[in-house]
Amino acid sequence: MKKIIEGPAYVLGNNIDTDQIIPADKLMYSLSDPEEKKFYGQFALSGVPDAQSGLPKGQMSFVNEGEFSSPYKIIVGGNNFGCGSSREHAPACLEIAGVEAVVAESFARIFYRNSIDGGFFIPFETEVSVYQEIETDDILRIDVEKGTLENKTKNKTYNLKPLGDVADIIEAGDIFQYAKKAGLIKT
Amino acid sequence: MGMTITEKILAAHAQRDRVEPGENIWVDVDVLMTHDVCGPGTISIFKKQFGKQAKVWDPDKVVIIPDHYIFTKDEKANRNIDILRDFVKEQDLPHYYDVGTENYKGVCHVALAEEGFNRPGEVLFGTDSHTSTSGAFGLFSTGIGNTDAAFILGTGKLWVRIPETMRFEFTGEFPPYIMAKDILLQVIGDIGVDGATYRSMEWTGEAVMSLSMEERMTLCNMAIEAGGKNGIIEADQVTKEYNQGKTSIDGQFYSSDSDAKYYYKKTYDASKMEPVVAKPHSPDNKALARECEDVKLDRCYIGSCTGGKTTDFIAAAKLLKGNTVKIDTYIVPATVEVEKDLSIQKIEGETLLDIFKNAGCRIGEPSCAACLGGPADTFGRTQGEEIVISTTNRNFPGRMGSKKSSVYLAAPYTAAASALTGHITDPRKFL
Repeated sequence: MKKIIEGPAYVLGNNIDTDQIIPADKLMYSLSDPEEKKFYGQFALSGVPDAQSGLPKGQMSFVNEGEFSSPYKIIVGGNNFGCGSSREHAPACLEIAGVEAVVAESFARIFYRNSIDGGFFIPFETEVSVYQEIETDDILRIDVEKGTLENKTKNKTYNLKPLGDVADIIEAGDIFQYAKKAGLIKT
Repeated sequence: MGMTITEKILAAHAQRDRVEPGENIWVDVDVLMTHDVCGPGTISIFKKQFGKQAKVWDPDKVVIIPDHYIFTKDEKANRNIDILRDFVKEQDLPHYYDVGTENYKGVCHVALAEEGFNRPGEVLFGTDSHTSTSGAFGLFSTGIGNTDAAFILGTGKLWVRIPETMRFEFTGEFPPYIMAKDILLQVIGDIGVDGATYRSMEWTGEAVMSLSMEERMTLCNMAIEAGGKNGIIEADQVTKEYNQGKTSIDGQFYSSDSDAKYYYKKTYDASKMEPVVAKPHSPDNKALARECEDVKLDRCYIGSCTGGKTTDFIAAAKLLKGNTVKIDTYIVPATVEVEKDLSIQKIEGETLLDIFKNAGCRIGEPSCAACLGGPADTFGRTQGEEIVISTTNRNFPGRMGSKKSSVYLAAPYTAAASALTGHITDPRKFL
């Protein structure tokens, strides 16, 4: 597990659902074939309405035309991030696009579980709503051990909520690594 | 301190006497369901983690129901069905409902019920967020991702955090113009799209217990639209009768203790309910149908696990009989069984199918179809700026295809009434 995650932020609002994260007409690509898988990076967040794409201004591409990964490393959202479908393609497409962390005030539970059990990235919850104080392209720095989110551009630091019981799964890597360590499945 | 139904089922599946909300436990799984969108990913993780020669933990507990992208020319979507077919063959799985054969069913949540996989007291996981539908049978059911499903395929177990329970009680009787979908949209509107995040939604009261199994399924179906972990209704005689002849497993009938601890309790007077819609672009954007009569529509869509069951079509047909729709109206039966019912069930001598055809509706083949947009050639998919009234479950931006389209969610009565006028219409005008 990375201890420090640093990079430019891409900011979204409340209730970002899985259809916005990866629209249903893109779900037929294979998640295991390396050549097909990269399209998930290309279409990550392609369902977000243009006006809400990269707040506060909007109209900002998450992935540039024709590219398969995003320049943004950290996604910032409001309440209920990842609501809707159970499609694991949602956290997967963000990871394939190069996302290393999603920070939100709260997560929908299936998306939260999928992010952790699949080992895609850490879903961090903030104590207060931060998406209105952070602008797309601000440089953020997450200190995983300290549990802090620093906005280097605006020189402001926020506390992240403790990861709680799921920290063991995150530490292990994914649910399979965790179960092996805990002796629940044979290696 | 007593326990809720959900707590009792989860405790029993962890060989525990009791559990507390917030605890993480490992539960034994009775049924794992997957479909064509998430099955291939699940299979590839299963093979990667457990080995190419690995066998699933119990073939009799795995149910594979392709339903999402079925009637399409999309090559990759069709390739995904081939992956399911190969896996079923390799693992010798008995419960597979293949496309293009007489075994084909259609929408998984409705098919699970029809095929007797919803057994009271059991634990059922599915790679689809509307798996909560099965909770209508007094069982614990919820949606999971590919990784968790692959873990179950190999081990028969999964970790679960015990959810707190919210209790929604409806006293008295529902008026005849109210459907389960109205009740659900009312509640989601009241608590919000994250109002039940990681909580169990328990439906109770004499009005709820007077509902048919199909209507109970609709109530549990959209728990996820409030962020709920599961929806649940205690099993009773209605459940037992529905399951007769479908499964030989009676299951365990649990009810919540009178001193069970609830996170939230609300009692509604069933007789006061009114037809409601959820306006674009969120299922909690509630309004009374009669307040939205100025909304002009381009399309009506009746289908999906939420609103494409036989009961839903009987309701729509009552209004459409002898009338002509004013807007494009799509009828998509959830399953082959429902499709057959359209030709069997009659209102005053006319089959539902004839009623729909004579009213000018377009009839599609059983599948998820445009509920979630799907490939470009999907039946009923929005392609532009259509304004749609739909009996489906989600109206997020772009959910039914085009990002520019707008979707109003409603019960089949309201959808059918609106199809007849071309604008959102309270069904009481026709009933």
